[in-house]
Amino acid sequence: MKISAETHPLTHTIDAKRGPLDLKGYEKVGGYEGLRKAIKELQPLEVQQRVKDANLRGRGGAGFPTGIKWSLVPMGPDAGAKYLVCNADEMEPGTFKDRLLMEEAPHLMVEAMIVAAYAIGACTGYIFLRGEYVVSANNLNKALAEARAAGLLGKNILGSGWDYDCFVHTGAGRYICGEETALINSLEGRRANPRAKPPFPQISGLWGRPTVVNNVETLCNIPSIVVNGGDWFKGLSQGKTKDGGTKLYGCSGRANKPGCWELPFGTTTREILEVHAGGMKGGKKLKAWLPGGASTDFLLPEHLDLPMDFDTISKAGSRMGTGLITVVAEDQSMVSAVRNLEEFFSRESCGWCTPCRDGLPWSVRLLRAIENGEGKPGDIEKLMTLTKQLGPGRTFCAHAPGAMEPLQSAIKYFRGEFEAGIRAGAATAAVQA
Amino acid sequence: MSNTTAQPVIKLADLGKAPPFALSDQERHEIIDEMHHYPDPRAASIGALKIVQKHRGWVPDAAIPVVAKMIGTDAADLEGVATFYSLIFRQPVGRHVVTVCDSISCHLTGYDELRVALEAKLGIRFGQTTPDQRFTLLPICCLGACDRGPTMMIDEDLHGDVDPAGLDKILGAYS
Ligand SMILES: Cc1cc2nc3c(=O)[nH]c(=O)nc-3n(C[C@H](O)[C@H](O)[C@H](O)COP(=O)(O)O)c2cc1C
Ligand code: SF4
Ligand code: FES
Repeated sequence: MKISAETHPLTHTIDAKRGPLDLKGYEKVGGYEGLRKAIKELQPLEVQQRVKDANLRGRGGAGFPTGIKWSLVPMGPDAGAKYLVCNADEMEPGTFKDRLLMEEAPHLMVEAMIVAAYAIGACTGYIFLRGEYVVSANNLNKALAEARAAGLLGKNILGSGWDYDCFVHTGAGRYICGEETALINSLEGRRANPRAKPPFPQISGLWGRPTVVNNVETLCNIPSIVVNGGDWFKGLSQGKTKDGGTKLYGCSGRANKPGCWELPFGTTTREILEVHAGGMKGGKKLKAWLPGGASTDFLLPEHLDLPMDFDTISKAGSRMGTGLITVVAEDQSMVSAVRNLEEFFSRESCGWCTPCRDGLPWSVRLLRAIENGEGKPGDIEKLMTLTKQLGPGRTFCAHAPGAMEPLQSAIKYFRGEFEAGIRAGAATAAVQA
Repeated sequence: MSNTTAQPVIKLADLGKAPPFALSDQERHEIIDEMHHYPDPRAASIGALKIVQKHRGWVPDAAIPVVAKMIGTDAADLEGVATFYSLIFRQPVGRHVVTVCDSISCHLTGYDELRVALEAKLGIRFGQTTPDQRFTLLPICCLGACDRGPTMMIDEDLHGDVDPAGLDKILGAYS
C-alpha cells in the first residue's frame, strides 16, 4: 500500500533511516498546514467541533472522546490561564508507540501541541516526557526551537495576536506519573500521588487552572483532522469498525518481526500478529495475548479475529488499552508472566492507599510461591479475593484495578497452571510432614 | 531476588549538620533556565535535582536545602520529592549506570538470561556498584522498546535485542 498523508496521517513523514524531518522538510510535505488552517480560517470552537465530528477517541488507553474532553474547558475572554499537557510518559509495559512519533516525527508532535492549544485557548503547553526518552527530548527540543524561530510558537503566532509557548518537561521515573492527576502533581514538582476526581483537570488541573491532558498519539491526530475533516478521519478505518482513524498497533514478545505499524482502526489481531509481525517465532503456537499493555486482561487465540477497537475488546472481557499486543507462546508459563506483571505493579504503586500498597506485594508473594511449586491450597482463592479487593472502586486510582486485570484473566483461562504449582507444594508438604 | 534499591534513611535532623554545599555556577544557571518554563518555580524541582545529578552523578543530602532554597520550596518537601522518583539517585553510583528492563515483553524475550549474565559479568547484583566504581546495576520498568527485547540502557544509550554472549563488546565501550 502506498503511504501518504491521506492514508497514514501519523507516520507518512517517518523514515527511520533518514531520521526526522526538519522544519523545512516537514513543511514541504504538508507540515504546519493544520496550524495555518486553524489559525487563519477557524475559531477555536470550530477546531473543537472538527475533533468532535471525527469522534477521535483518546489513545492513552481509555478511549475517552477527545472532543468531549475539550468541551468541558471554560472558554471565552475571561477564562484565564489554561494549560495543555501531553502525556508522553509511555511506561505501560508492552507499549512503544509514542516513542516512535516523538523520535521520528517531532514536528508533528509540536504542530499538534500548537493546534490543540489553540482549540482550548491554552497559554502554555508541556510535554511530560519520561526521563529515559533522551532521543525524543533532543528531537522535540530541536523542533520546538525551530518552530519558535519561525514564529509558529511564542508571541503573536502567525500574526494572529495569540501567544503560546510549549516546553518539554522530563520526568525521573515512576509509572504512576502516567495517571493524569499524578502527572499534574509531578509536573508541579510534587510526589506523583493521584488527585481525587472530581474536580476534573479540565476544570481544575495544573496550578488549579483548567488543563487538558492528552496522549501523544491522540494529539498527533489533530493536525490532519483540522486539514481533512471528520468524515475523512472516520473513513480511515475502512469500515472495519465504527470508530474512525488509524491506530499505531504493535506486537512484542516472541514474534518473528515485532514492531509498530500505523493501520486502519479495527484491524484484527490476527492480521497484526500474522501479517505484520510475521507470526510466532520458531513456529510455536500462541497461548495468550495482552491486547494493550500490562493492565489489560489476557485474551486467547480464539479472540484473534476480533477487530481491535475499544468496544469489541471490552465485550470480549478485556480492554484495547494502548493497542500494542504482547504475545505469550505455548511453552511459556502464565504463572511467571503474571508474577512478572504483578512485580511491576507492586513496585510502581505510589503507596497512597492501603489495598494497593499492601495487596500488590501480597499477590507477588503468592504468585512466586506458586511459580516455585510451593503454593498452598487456598492460594488461588486468596488471589481471586485480591482481584475483588483491589478492583474498580476500591482504590484511589486505576493502578490497582489495572493490575488485577491480567491476574484475574490468567486464573480464568489457565487455572490448571496455577493448580499445578499448588499440587507440587502440597506434595512436598506431605512428604515433610 | 532483590528488586529494590536501598534508599538512605531520611535524616532531616542531620541536614543542617551536613558539610557546606555549593552549587556550581553552571548548575545554578541551568536551574534558573529550567525555572523560567513555569509560573511556579517549584515545578522545576525534579528538573533541578536532575541537573545536580547530571553534574555529580547523584544527589547528595546536602544539596537538598540549597536547591530547595533556590526554587522556593522547603527542604522537607524537596526531600520527599527526591526520594519518590526512582531515577534520582540518593547515593553515589558508578561511572556508568546500567538499567535493565524487567517488564513483561522483555521477560518473555530473555530478561532472566540477560540479568544472570550481567550479574556474573559484573560480579554484582541489582542495586550494587562494581568495586572499581565503573558500573551500577539497576532494574527498570519497560523502556518502551519492547519490540527489541531484551533491552537495557547504559547511561543515555538504549541497547535492544541484547544477546548475553555479546555483553563484553557492549560493556567495553564504557570505561
Ligand atoms: C496507572 C496509570 C498509568 C497511565 N499511564 C499513561 C501513560 O503513560 N500515557 C498515557 O497517555 N496515558 C496514561 N494513562 C492514562 C491517563 O490517565 C489519561 O487517561 C490519558 O493520558 C488521557 O489521554 P487520552 O484521552 O488522549 O487518551 C495512565 C493511567 C493510569 C491509571
Ligand atoms: S491505587 Fe495504588 S497507585 Fe493508585 S493511588 Fe492507590 S496506592 Fe497509589
Ligand atoms: S517490556 Fe522491556 S522494553 Fe518494554
